[in-house]
Amino acid sequence: MSAERIFDIRNLHVTFDTPDGRINAVRGVDMHVNAGETVAVVGESGSGKSQVMMAAMGLLASNGRAEGAVSYRGQELIGLPKNRLNRIRGAKITMIFQEPMTSLDPLYTIERQISEPIMVHGGLSPSAARRKALELLKLVHIPDPERRLKSYPHELSGGQRQRVMIAMALANDPDLLIADEPTTALDVTIQAEILRLLAELQKKLGMAILFITHDLGIVEAFADRVYVMQSGEVVEEGTTRQIFTRPAKDYTKMLLAAEPEGSKPPVQDDSPVLLDAKGVSVTFTAGGGFLSRSAFELKAVQDVTLSLRAGQTIGIVGESGSGKSTLGRAILQLLPSDGRVVYQSVPIQGLDRAGMRPYRKNLQMVFQDPYGSLSPRMTVGEIVTEGLLVHEPQLSARERDEAAIKALKEVGLDPIARNRFPHEFSGGQRQRIAIARAVILKPTVIVLDEPTSALDRSIQKQIINLLRQIQKSYGLSYIFISHDLAVVRALADYTIVMRTGRVVEEGPTEEVFRTPKSDYTRALMQAAFNLKEVLSRQAVAPA
Amino acid sequence: MTDIATNTPELAAGTAVKGRSLWATALMRLRRNKAAMVSLLILILYIFAGISGPMLSPHHYATVYPEYVRVPASLEAYPRAEEIIPQAESVLTRTRLQIDAIEVNGNTLHVEASSEREIDPRMTRYLERSDIFSNVRIVETSGDSRSVVMEADVERLRFLFGTDANGRDLLARILVSIRISLMIGALATGVALIIGVAWGATAGFLGGRVDNVMMRVVDVLYALPFTFFAILLVVFFGRNVVLMFVAVGAVEWLDMARIVRGQTISLRRREFVQAAEALGVSSGGILRRHIIPNTLGPVIIYMTLLIPKVILLESFLSFLGLGVQEPLTSLGVLISEGARNMRSAPYMLIYPSIALTLLLFSLNFLGDGLRDALDPRDR
Repeated sequence: MSAERIFDIRNLHVTFDTPDGRINAVRGVDMHVNAGETVAVVGESGSGKSQVMMAAMGLLASNGRAEGAVSYRGQELIGLPKNRLNRIRGAKITMIFQEPMTSLDPLYTIERQISEPIMVHGGLSPSAARRKALELLKLVHIPDPERRLKSYPHELSGGQRQRVMIAMALANDPDLLIADEPTTALDVTIQAEILRLLAELQKKLGMAILFITHDLGIVEAFADRVYVMQSGEVVEEGTTRQIFTRPAKDYTKMLLAAEPEGSKPPVQDDSPVLLDAKGVSVTFTAGGGFLSRSAFELKAVQDVTLSLRAGQTIGIVGESGSGKSTLGRAILQLLPSDGRVVYQSVPIQGLDRAGMRPYRKNLQMVFQDPYGSLSPRMTVGEIVTEGLLVHEPQLSARERDEAAIKALKEVGLDPIARNRFPHEFSGGQRQRIAIARAVILKPTVIVLDEPTSALDRSIQKQIINLLRQIQKSYGLSYIFISHDLAVVRALADYTIVMRTGRVVEEGPTEEVFRTPKSDYTRALMQAAFNLKEVLSRQAVAPA
Repeated sequence: MTDIATNTPELAAGTAVKGRSLWATALMRLRRNKAAMVSLLILILYIFAGISGPMLSPHHYATVYPEYVRVPASLEAYPRAEEIIPQAESVLTRTRLQIDAIEVNGNTLHVEASSEREIDPRMTRYLERSDIFSNVRIVETSGDSRSVVMEADVERLRFLFGTDANGRDLLARILVSIRISLMIGALATGVALIIGVAWGATAGFLGGRVDNVMMRVVDVLYALPFTFFAILLVVFFGRNVVLMFVAVGAVEWLDMARIVRGQTISLRRREFVQAAEALGVSSGGILRRHIIPNTLGPVIIYMTLLIPKVILLESFLSFLGLGVQEPLTSLGVLISEGARNMRSAPYMLIYPSIALTLLLFSLNFLGDGLRDALDPRDR
């Protein structure tokens, strides 16, 4: 391409001053974007990919410092006074972020959020700004745009909020749109829609897109050129085709190979049923307080039946709000629910805290957020052995410590870790600690609630391997809850697809993935495994 | 794959590392806050002064020196040298002796006297009668007993901060009042801490109807006028300082309970609490191991702000005559006395005020510093 180079980063360094000394987050990065092209920056968390953009836009945290050169059409951006920077930032170069809820002010209507910057920057009258806002909402395909102008951010879904953010970013006809993980917080089908929208808008408006992501699936379907970043440096760059077919660096190869792989053979039909749940329903009531009689009811899970055999892994798949996590908690009696749950021919449905205690040892759970599920004020040793305090109170402190050493070794951590605190570990290591906490009790069933969702692909793969290995050595049964189809395919031998609290489809994993019966499952598969086709199909026939 | 290998070089080296807890990190950050560290130092000095100050001070806080009522603060000792000789002369005139020489040498008065007649050694009693001379002795008597050399000790006292309206040393009184004020602050805050944390954590954790009832009890207690409550307590329990401030603590726990309850409600939804529930940990265990340690940050900050509040409250109660009783005293009492004597003896107001201001400032700065150090948003 001989297109004009509009955005050029040369030898950019970003450093942060912290109590522990200086951290070099970005170390000499060179990047450029030509007019109209789509460039992706990929890397794992902590690779500095977001900090490059933050530094270029003058948005670094107060303890950060940027050195180097960033130019937009020959205009140097670093060190530019704020008022002059603002003429470019937000007008010619705009950004959209990962979390659309926190990027919108909850106290203003959508109309005001969109039109205010237009009025300030473009000098439009209120009525003209309103017309422009409406036009922008139509451009990003928000259904019923007139009504949406009067809505507040909390009335919109995640995907709609991201569309509003895109509309705001487009308000001043930008040359370059920087998208920092814009679809990470969204479900796969919504992600596909947003990407489709971005591709369509690019075609229509001819702007360049700089796309920051950790998801190689998106990159392959979406980008022209790719920069691969690792610990603050660009390790490889090239066209998408080149990177995906002939990666030069080991790191890139490792990233490409990090897609979860393998599958689990189904268990024998005669293996005993460990956990049998029939007609499980969970209803949340909101409101209905002292004075208002009418309570609002939300049926989070409706009439779900499943039976888990020894050694089996049941994958529960669904988008956010499908009730899959609620189902997992209801089965473990962590939430009040209706139905009938039997564990090894003992009905455990509706048991209270004390009544459940003897069974808790065998029914363990691992949570999604490796940052939130470990108490920050306890050492790893205390966290891992807490279950022993409850279930094997006869153990001495020394015996507990030995058990902790064994469990930590089992999950691949150095036992020295038990004197340290959770915040000193990375996400993957924390998830290992959480698994150690469950495994130390030698349970028979573990409910895994999105244990890999907050992790990078390469770390995910390690955790998947760890889970497989533990399952094999203890003959464990898993209920694996995830929105990530690739992970479920690799781990589960039976899959249940859920939507709005109901089971849409279920069956052996191979069958469900190969020949999905319902339209919903098919749409999920498409968005997850065949993004490129979804995007190209839509580009031909824009909605 | 970077996960295991990165992060901790110490782990790889295999050295026994002690984890750096959140508290250690906070302490490190606090150390860089100069105002907070100076405050901490001042606070330590205050605690030292409160504990051992009254023992080290040369005067007892209750000793009355009738001849030194409201003497201003001074580095010089009382009585001043130029006052001693006139005093001695006026006393000696009554002995009808002829004074040949009189001088003050440090803490001893040296007098040479003579008479027409024989001198009765008992005349030293005249000197003894005066408050400032003691241990009068005849050092030398001439052969005919007509002239003597006498010596007497002069008790010279230093009142660095002056004396109060009753002639008591202000420094000693400030030291003892620091002891009382700190004790009250610690006692009342401790009571507030224990009741407030237990109450708030229980209400927040159990939630639902229990929470409703418990917090309504707090609301009812809030509605009680404090002064009225304090007077009632005095009526029931009599004037007992310790009891009084246990009672103050029992009122001040209301805010603490609300803070802890709010924290608990947000913690209860955190995954580590759910994880503990999934492990089968009892409610008590969850409260003890998970909820309370995680609420301690805001609680400690509130404590450093509660101590000055209680100290001020005590001043108010003492001002009303409900607090500490004479001869014990507190900073509040000293200041109110000082305010009454502001025109004639301004130092009586200035020194206790400085002491209180410094104490309150350092507590507040330390509280601010702790808040910044423990604030997870800064991480």
